[in-house]
Amino acid sequence: MSSTAIGADSHGSSGHEEKNYLNATRGLKSWIFTVDHKRIGIMYLGAILTFFLIGGLLAIAVRLELFSPDPVLTKDPSLYNKLFTLHGAIMVFLVLVPSIPASIGNFILPLQLGAKDVAFPKLNLASLWVYCIGALFLIAVILTKAVETGWTFYTPYSKDSASSVVLATLGVFILGFSSIFTGLNFIVTIHKMRAPGMTWRRLPLFVWAMYATSIIQVLATPVIAITMLLMLLERTLGIGIFDPALGGDPVLYQHFFWFYSHPVVYVMILPGFGIISELVTVHSRKNIFGYNAIAISSVSIAIIGFLVWGHHMFVSGQSPLASVIFSALTFFVAVPTAIKVLSWVATMYGGSIRFTTPMMYTFSFLFLFSIGGLTGLLLSTLATDVHLHDTYYVVAHFHYVMMGGTLIAFIGGIFHWWPKMTGKLYNEKWGNISAILVFIGFNITFFSQFVAGTQGMPRRYYTYAEQYQPWQQLSTIGSWVLALGLFTAAGVLLKSIFGGQRSPHNPWGAVSMEWETATPPIEHNFHEQPICEHGPYDFPEIDHTMGPAH
Amino acid sequence: MLSTLIAKTFWLPEQASTFAKSHDALFYFIYWTMVIFFVAIVGTMIYFAVKYKKRSDDDRTSPLEGNTKLELAWSILPSFLLIVMFAWGFKGYMSMLIPPANATDVHVTGYKWGWNFTYHTGDVGNNELIVPLGQPIRLIMSSEQTSPDDMAVLHSFYVPAFRIKRDVLPYRYTVLWFEATELGSFDIFCTEYCGTGHSNMIGKVIVVPPEDWEAAISSGRDFVDDGSMGTLAEFGEMTFGRAGCPACHSVEGQRLTGPALNGVFGREEAIEGGAPVMVDEDYLRESIMEPQAKIVNGYPRTMPTYAGQLSPDQIMGLVEYIKTLQ
Repeated sequence: MSSTAIGADSHGSSGHEEKNYLNATRGLKSWIFTVDHKRIGIMYLGAILTFFLIGGLLAIAVRLELFSPDPVLTKDPSLYNKLFTLHGAIMVFLVLVPSIPASIGNFILPLQLGAKDVAFPKLNLASLWVYCIGALFLIAVILTKAVETGWTFYTPYSKDSASSVVLATLGVFILGFSSIFTGLNFIVTIHKMRAPGMTWRRLPLFVWAMYATSIIQVLATPVIAITMLLMLLERTLGIGIFDPALGGDPVLYQHFFWFYSHPVVYVMILPGFGIISELVTVHSRKNIFGYNAIAISSVSIAIIGFLVWGHHMFVSGQSPLASVIFSALTFFVAVPTAIKVLSWVATMYGGSIRFTTPMMYTFSFLFLFSIGGLTGLLLSTLATDVHLHDTYYVVAHFHYVMMGGTLIAFIGGIFHWWPKMTGKLYNEKWGNISAILVFIGFNITFFSQFVAGTQGMPRRYYTYAEQYQPWQQLSTIGSWVLALGLFTAAGVLLKSIFGGQRSPHNPWGAVSMEWETATPPIEHNFHEQPICEHGPYDFPEIDHTMGPAH
Repeated sequence: MLSTLIAKTFWLPEQASTFAKSHDALFYFIYWTMVIFFVAIVGTMIYFAVKYKKRSDDDRTSPLEGNTKLELAWSILPSFLLIVMFAWGFKGYMSMLIPPANATDVHVTGYKWGWNFTYHTGDVGNNELIVPLGQPIRLIMSSEQTSPDDMAVLHSFYVPAFRIKRDVLPYRYTVLWFEATELGSFDIFCTEYCGTGHSNMIGKVIVVPPEDWEAAISSGRDFVDDGSMGTLAEFGEMTFGRAGCPACHSVEGQRLTGPALNGVFGREEAIEGGAPVMVDEDYLRESIMEPQAKIVNGYPRTMPTYAGQLSPDQIMGLVEYIKTLQ
């Protein structure tokens, strides 16, 4: 991390051709059996983006059907129900959960630590394979067993759905294993493989976010396995656990489901927070505002996140006392989350802000995630949640958090590290246009859903009362703009591969360790063990002669 | 399209219950808090983005890495607002949980896919709940299977204009209450996904003047086929005799094999090997369907289950009958 490496194409890359991780070995087998964290990250990225495309097309189909309360695409409500189940399950379990950790995390984390790989490279490869098996299994179950329960798989709907829910949960369970593998790998890598001089205080905040995420993955995922075992016992031995006909309690299933799935919400969003911490600093040329607060808040969100699952169940018939406690605990999560947002905005103060594509996505994130986070207040408050629960308001809220937050950060991160991964530059102007289109399309699509929701439009409706039609139509039109923006972003990136300029060694002038090595990196990351001599955000532009008030 | 958007209240539907006004006051308090914070955060972001936009390659930037006072302030001060929101929401939630003593009970049955409403008079309405203006109504709700081959599933009873919602569970009672403040007809939606017909599970609450109420509900059909029965409780009394209940349960206070049932409703009973329970509709139902679950202290475990032997209507009638026993 010498300061000469900053800002310019000072070493490596341009002149002589050194082999990089992409061309060091060739052939399909060299990819399928690779243990290189960078190749695994790239394959994960390819798989996740493919599923993102499929999930997105399903969303377009769902929105199209909702253009009118009368049939548009199909006259069969159960086909519509399958579409949104598939959309939700793919987006949550195949896209959002693995998205950032498995792709960008796998690629960047060891580089940021100055390590030559993750701690357990073969486990890492196993994680990718297990993910692919789990993904195909889950999709096959949903398609063949006609699961139309929504992604939450609440029991019971019918005798048929009850058996397929066991299989769908098995799919989630298999996918959970791949999460556990990645999480375990990251925890050990972060503890044991940091470059000399890289103290915990010098860890990039992306690494801190990955650390918090990994803890949740390792601790929460076994709960889905327990749930599945209990369901299997119920189906095979007829012990009443969740099925009321056998004397079981369907609300208990909801407890199990959310005990897993609520912490998993933080598995989805924390990595996004990590990316934004990197992007806002590098593109503002500023040290992060409140490093400790951001790092600690990631970990405290991970912990409190385990204690709030019951806020999904205020009207479910759970005990009122439990609801009151869960409401109070939920407000506690608001505090560390707010600290992060305010710290990112404060980081921009006194900077030299580049309006690059990653920064445009960062602006977009701050806008959208602020709405996503703040609208959660009406849902954590007991009395207002009663009215809003299971309406489009909730749908809008979690899309603002999950798509406006996680996926926007993910796309921003892809644009930021694209030159590192591919060695190519993309067209910045079109990159920025994609960010603006996505921003506009997203708001039209989902803001209208807030209004439909507060007015009482329930979610998971194939047809609806006509007073909601204007908002539904606006939302559908927005989804087309959003799709256009996302396809533009995809086009910009694809074009860079096939005709993009060669990227300089360090196009953003970042000073964290992943830019210390060649772009794209060599197969073993670094020629020799790098030494960490400064923090991840000590940019050369920072004027240490200025008082902190400037 | 635009005119429809503007003509309607932008955020919330009409207010038609006593909860609506207090709910909306809290809603707008939180809403404006959200708006103020949003404008402050995003406004500052835009201001910084414009003010500190890159001018030249020689830009120097601030060495600022934090400010303890500011960080403490923005961590602690908003907490007070959060406490207000929590406490206000708690108060509203509690008022929704505790029905007034003079509330009139109506039984609600959710099924795939529709609602049945059974009044104390024994009248049944399908997908149309008729209630009197200005009187508290308590809904005792459960979900039932439509055929022996299928399962009873989760539903949720939601009236946007009343700002009320509660999940409806299979083979169990959940309770919800409201008092309508406007005459008219209001949507009932099912908000817990329940399969193919979920979005067609739409009903109406019809609010009528109190003096017209009895006449309005008796226009519905009588749920007992022979036409001989009067109220739901009378139907329950008949069931009580036919199912053989008097063999073990007195209604006048004597101790037989099982506890006497007069005055039992609303009383707290000591339970063998468990916490005491308040005898409510759900406990009565459980004691008929699954008698061994919570045995009153000092009584033998001899009662057989009546699950599968009594229809949902008969259980409903029994519960209402036991409630009338003093």
